[in-house]
Amino acid sequence: MVSLPVASPQASPQESGAAPRSRPVTQLERRSRWRWHEILFWLAAASCPLIVPDDLVLASQVLIAGLFALSLDLLLGYGGIVSLGHAAFFGVGAYAAGLLARHGWGEPVSGLLLSGALAGLLGFALSFIIVRVRGIALLMVTLGVSLVLHEAAVKGYAVTGGDDGLQGIAVDPLLGLFSMDMWGRTAFGYSLAVAFAGFLLARRLVSSPFGLALQGMRENGRRMAAIGAPLRRHSALIYTVSAALAGVAGALLTQTTEFVSVEVLGFQRSAEVLIMLILGGAGHLYGAFIGAAVFMIVRDQLAAANPEYWFFWLGLMLVLVVLFARGGIIGGIATVAGKLGSRFRKGGTR
Amino acid sequence: MMVSLGNVLFNGLAYGMLLFVISVGLSVTMGLMGFANLAHGAFAMLGGYVATTLMNKAGVPFLLTLPIAFVAVAAVSVVLERVLYRRLYRAGELDQVLLTIGLVFMAVAGATYVWGPGQQPVRMPDYLTGQWTVAGIDIGVYRLFMILVGIAVTAALVLGIERTRFGAMIRAAVDNPRMAQGCGINVNRVFSLTFMAGSGLAGLGGAVGINLIGLDPGFPVKFMVYFLIVVAVGGLGSIKGSLIAALLLGVFDVGGKYYVPEVGAFIIYAVMVSLLLWRPAGLFGRR
Repeated sequence: MVSLPVASPQASPQESGAAPRSRPVTQLERRSRWRWHEILFWLAAASCPLIVPDDLVLASQVLIAGLFALSLDLLLGYGGIVSLGHAAFFGVGAYAAGLLARHGWGEPVSGLLLSGALAGLLGFALSFIIVRVRGIALLMVTLGVSLVLHEAAVKGYAVTGGDDGLQGIAVDPLLGLFSMDMWGRTAFGYSLAVAFAGFLLARRLVSSPFGLALQGMRENGRRMAAIGAPLRRHSALIYTVSAALAGVAGALLTQTTEFVSVEVLGFQRSAEVLIMLILGGAGHLYGAFIGAAVFMIVRDQLAAANPEYWFFWLGLMLVLVVLFARGGIIGGIATVAGKLGSRFRKGGTR
Repeated sequence: MMVSLGNVLFNGLAYGMLLFVISVGLSVTMGLMGFANLAHGAFAMLGGYVATTLMNKAGVPFLLTLPIAFVAVAAVSVVLERVLYRRLYRAGELDQVLLTIGLVFMAVAGATYVWGPGQQPVRMPDYLTGQWTVAGIDIGVYRLFMILVGIAVTAALVLGIERTRFGAMIRAAVDNPRMAQGCGINVNRVFSLTFMAGSGLAGLGGAVGINLIGLDPGFPVKFMVYFLIVVAVGGLGSIKGSLIAALLLGVFDVGGKYYVPEVGAFIIYAVMVSLLLWRPAGLFGRR
């Protein structure tokens, strides 16, 4: 299970000759280097308007869901903190962006950042609670918080529009130049840019010493405590960051669709984001986007073919992944690649 | 017109008893094996469907469908336990939660496929309908019946766990599974049987509850939170805790709906969260 990096025999050439660095730092540097498949992944995402020009709306939804799943990946995949109510932050971000736009603050980028900050603030406040409980109580508390917010949104008709959703949201043209068009080109470009920015942030974070400490906590909390790592502070920090990122994803959904429905806070959304992440593979960053893509596309196809019963197959998929493929899609690929790799070089790095 | 406090208490108690009958199995199995089973509500739903199908298609009398629902659900649950749940006892909560959410999705879709998306129609026998008025309180006969069923289940559980050999084995296994295993108790078998009985009780609750809370394929999702609240607030593995938590939840939920409908379930969730912060192991939890 240990996924801490092991130094592999072939050190990169530019390290020799440089001033001697401590081993963890060189490890982190090595790990944070961009690989060709990462560049390929983002190029593929950016070329969606050329490959699938008619499905850009779905593609934006995938990116938004992927960003949301990424925020959960930071919390769950790296921090090892389970949440059954992550939609709370997504929903707060979505409503914040909607209310801002509705009451005159139509500028999208600042609206997005403000909404993310608000969700992050809520995450920070809640983190004091979260670090105190674990196990089943943690599941119930995270679930409970999202239910409280969902109830508040349903009952607060005057502010949120209740079950009818928040309507009359008008978002200004992006950067004063691009307004949201019918084919979703602007929405796609905007979502891609925000998702990529969020990804860069997450990537930087997990390959920092703080990210390494998080993974240490996930693998063995007691040992990390024993070597003096401030577990509660780390947990609180990652919880805040994750909440802010989820809020940004929610705000992005609001701004690209110009509507907020009360289900942005629902249990269904919390469950779906967990499913996406597990399907793609937690603790790899890319698993979030791949899981979101597979989930949304499969759901699209199944729901079209079988509108009443499609979630049966979703449930089956989930059961099979949990029983037979814990690492998800990325985990499966990594295993296969690792086996292939170890044929070429002896003593490969797993 | 304000509804009298007595009515709220009575209806809340009946509702609470129902929540207790359904949830107590979940509490004991979560306490025993630490297994987070979100699909417990699906067992209750299955019990309900067994009962309505027997009544509507085969004309089996209502009271007879209750034990059949218990047995049928217990049988299904033990198969699931052997095939699926057992593989994940040592896994983390996350895997258990995901597996059981998957099962919930499958159960909801499956029930829609077999029984259709609507509410199940049920006709209760005449001797369980109607209501009396005693000292200004409207006593619905069916709700009274529900309370009696709850009391009977409580008595059976308390006697079974406090006075029988098997009950002693369960208590030992909950307290310290390793030690119990060391003393020659087959903890796995104890757990299987407990799981079976707990799921059977959920099935019984689902059947007896149709007349109070209805039955449609959304049941496992709609009530999942309520069952989990009972378990988490009462404390894992505590029958007394589950009973008290279920009755409180029932009374407050009914009272909230009568007196402050605009607030809705808000208070219940907020109280649960603050209670768990005060006592993370629940009111009567030991760990």
